[in-house]
Amino acid sequence: MSVPVHIHNISKSYEKVEALKDINLEIKAGELFGFIGPDGAGKTSLFRILTGLILPRSGTASVGGLDVVNDFKKIRQITGYMPGRFSLYHDLTVAENLDFYASIFKTSLKENYDLIKDIYIQIEPFRKRKAGDLSGGMKQKLALSCALIHRPELLILDEPTTGVDAVSRKEFWELLNKMQQSGITILVSTPYMDEAALCNRVALMQNGKLLATDTPKNITKRYQGQIFALHTNKMHSLVIDLENTAAAAQVYRFGDSVHITSTSGNDESFRQIITASLEEKGHSAIQMIAQQAVIEDCFLALMDKNQTL
Amino acid sequence: MRTILYILQKEFIQIFRDKAILPIIFVMPVFQLLILSYAATFEIKNTRFITLDHDNSVQSKKLIAKFRGSSFFSFSGQAVNYAEAEQALKNNLTDQVLIIEPDFEKKLKLEKTASVQLITNAINGSAASLMNAYATSIVTDFNKEIIVEQMPQKFLGMPIQVKPVYWYNPELDYITFMVPGILVLLVTIIAMFLSGMNLVKEKEVGTIEQINVTPIKKYQFIAGKLIPFWVIANIDLGIGLLVARFVFQIPVEGNIFLLFSVASVYLVVVLSFGLFISTLTNTMQQSMFISWFFLVIFILMSGLFTPIESMPDWAQFLVKFNPVAYFIKINRMIMLKGSGFFDFQKEFWLLVLYAIAMFSFSTFRYRKTA
Repeated sequence: MSVPVHIHNISKSYEKVEALKDINLEIKAGELFGFIGPDGAGKTSLFRILTGLILPRSGTASVGGLDVVNDFKKIRQITGYMPGRFSLYHDLTVAENLDFYASIFKTSLKENYDLIKDIYIQIEPFRKRKAGDLSGGMKQKLALSCALIHRPELLILDEPTTGVDAVSRKEFWELLNKMQQSGITILVSTPYMDEAALCNRVALMQNGKLLATDTPKNITKRYQGQIFALHTNKMHSLVIDLENTAAAAQVYRFGDSVHITSTSGNDESFRQIITASLEEKGHSAIQMIAQQAVIEDCFLALMDKNQTL
Repeated sequence: MRTILYILQKEFIQIFRDKAILPIIFVMPVFQLLILSYAATFEIKNTRFITLDHDNSVQSKKLIAKFRGSSFFSFSGQAVNYAEAEQALKNNLTDQVLIIEPDFEKKLKLEKTASVQLITNAINGSAASLMNAYATSIVTDFNKEIIVEQMPQKFLGMPIQVKPVYWYNPELDYITFMVPGILVLLVTIIAMFLSGMNLVKEKEVGTIEQINVTPIKKYQFIAGKLIPFWVIANIDLGIGLLVARFVFQIPVEGNIFLLFSVASVYLVVVLSFGLFISTLTNTMQQSMFISWFFLVIFILMSGLFTPIESMPDWAQFLVKFNPVAYFIKINRMIMLKGSGFFDFQKEFWLLVLYAIAMFSFSTFRYRKTA
């Protein structure tokens, strides 16, 4: 039912920009695989290569043993793709869109009802509404239904939760988990770090490069050093003041606090050095709380390394 | 094949759901036909003329009276001197000045010859030559009368007389000539724009991305874009023919099925042309401008307003690639002359060739992979 995806030395460039640099990835059948990275990381380009929409400059890739360049027609039969931009017909109703995509794949809603039932139930009350008039979350659900209507073995979702409210995002990921259980390989890209933890494995991408590929747990485990969340009475100058402190390996804003990493191994002395230098610069009410690294910390650390290379 | 039907179903739902496009498709052509056919006429009526009569004799008054009696001319005053006549032309108060020399009558009687001068405002060249032709024919008529009057015994009639008979359009009615041409124009505009806009719209809105990852084949997609507007343009042609028949009293002399057959081939050419443009462009704006560029050239060089035969050689060569010119020619032949297939089979086969070429081009150019 589900297919593995192999990506070997894939590169792609547009005129002057190198979108993908020598990407290697093995995605197992039935995996829920996440691509995490900022805009312009190359996630969409990789997806477009896998669906046969663009050709790689070099390298090979295959979906279930089918080559993306030579067998793209067969791949399209077994792949469901949901582009980042809502690409269904705004002027057709929910039902018309579904029927259209079903008939193009020579199937029908009835035939695959069991697969999309959970999603379809949520959009069914709006059957007669035009797709363009749906809310963001509903649009995503409709797009997912259309991508699933032909019972694909590989589902590719390009930033499905961008611009969707928090509740809908949570629902959406629950749906993805269900899809995975019914035996579909799922590739999903997202700029939201918190969603990474919901994948089996993730690939962190930046500037067309893979920074790391592993399970979310292993990625955070690999983080070197101890993170402290800092709060003081002068938050606005905190980052600049810390950057001038040699002991700090890495400093960045994280939510409403500032994260600082100690790589010395001796956390207590690190704490004292930081506190002392901050007091010198006029900070008071200094709070330093030790934190577990999350994906975002790892990603920022890797990004930092990548840029200095 | 089933897939094409599903695409067609989708296209028709979209077209008929669009509240703006429906009137464009069915009402606009009727209005254009009604307005253009009456307005786009080359007939000159009510040419304004003034006279500058240096003679003021019985004969000169007679000549002026002849001008004033013609429905082509409308008398708009008398100038007293040349400067005044020139000023009137300059200020656009008159189109023509008729100048009669001094002693016009005397010269006619004694020397048997006299001259008049005609000054015509030739800003619009074709109108000027028509005005001149009308005026000359009035003077010729006047000549004849003088001969009859002065030497009735000698007048045996003109040695050679031309008696024109106008076939296929006996009254030289301009509307009869224009309507078949304008019909072609309307169908062309509808076909070229609607098909072109439609594909580009899918690109602009982004829906093409989802279509591209489906197993839809290129030719199926192009056919799905082409057939709806092919049907609509044919219906428009039918409406136009009804207007021609019942408003302008121009029946189709030839076989109406033959007309629709030619139209069907022709429409494939124009629709594919529009689609071809839209495969090359990314926004409706680009597509619109390029379509207009070709359309204006096609229309002005179609023989609708100016005969192709009077164009320079290079232009006549270019016209060979103008599908509009072929269909206007064939449409006029079928509608006015009742021509059969063999009368225009060369043009017909050229259109067929053109249709195949354009459809192949647009199918080839439409890429599912970028």
